[in-house]
Amino acid sequence: MITLTHYLVLSGILFSIGIVGVLRRKNLLMLFFSTEILLNAVNIGFAAVSKYYGDLSGQIFSFFIIAIAASEVAVGLGLLVLWYKRSGTIDLDSLQMMKG
Amino acid sequence: MFEAIAFYMFSILVIGMFLIVVFSKNALYSMSALAGGMIFISGFFFLLDADFLGVVQIIVYTGAIMAVYAFGMMFFDTTRDVKENIRFKKIIYTLSTLSAIFVIFILLAPVYSGKIEALYPSIQGVGNIQMIGLILFTKYLVPFELAAIMLLAAMISGIVLVKIKMEETPTDIEVAKGEK
Repeated sequence: MITLTHYLVLSGILFSIGIVGVLRRKNLLMLFFSTEILLNAVNIGFAAVSKYYGDLSGQIFSFFIIAIAASEVAVGLGLLVLWYKRSGTIDLDSLQMMKG
Repeated sequence: MFEAIAFYMFSILVIGMFLIVVFSKNALYSMSALAGGMIFISGFFFLLDADFLGVVQIIVYTGAIMAVYAFGMMFFDTTRDVKENIRFKKIIYTLSTLSAIFVIFILLAPVYSGKIEALYPSIQGVGNIQMIGLILFTKYLVPFELAAIMLLAAMISGIVLVKIKMEETPTDIEVAKGEK
């Protein structure tokens, strides 16, 4: 029998995988991928809570999260392409512009 | 029974795919693994009776977002392995472990408190997609319209950021190349 806790633990595991990715990767493209993992983990949690408590608000919230992820990708990838054209690298360390 | 089998199968697949995304050295491999993981996640939504969300997950995430990533990766050199100099490994792993434990506590807290009540209980005998339509266009109408405006702004900014100069049409560029 699969309970709500199963889904929440799965969501937590996926979220921590995403956090490890955000902390570990230095490539900006990989950072974007890890952000997608974070958003998806939260989506699973919302959908599970929405089913087990009989309330559809969770699904609506994951719907909005998907919309936000879509616009984040459009803007973020545009900025990334712009940065790559200017500096020739997408390494996170190249963004230290305020270094004295 | 089948629910349990499906749950464990999909969890193993999704966790494996996302581990490949996080630990792979090649950007192309990790993008493909991410697309696969997105499709497997939609399996969870179908298991959770969230049919509409599962379909949206496949269409928007795998169809639109991963396609945008694939187009964006044409600008970068993705055939080479990603080179990263990682310092402070111990600090990173300690921080990730700590934050993972905190996240699990945050997630488990409402389950054991038992004080959650359905704010808008779903009506029996109404399908999932119909119910989503009912709620989305009554209680969440303003956020829905705001999301539409946000998507429009994101689309315009995406075009403006990546565009070549608008006054130079492609035929002009070809003519200029021919004159050289």
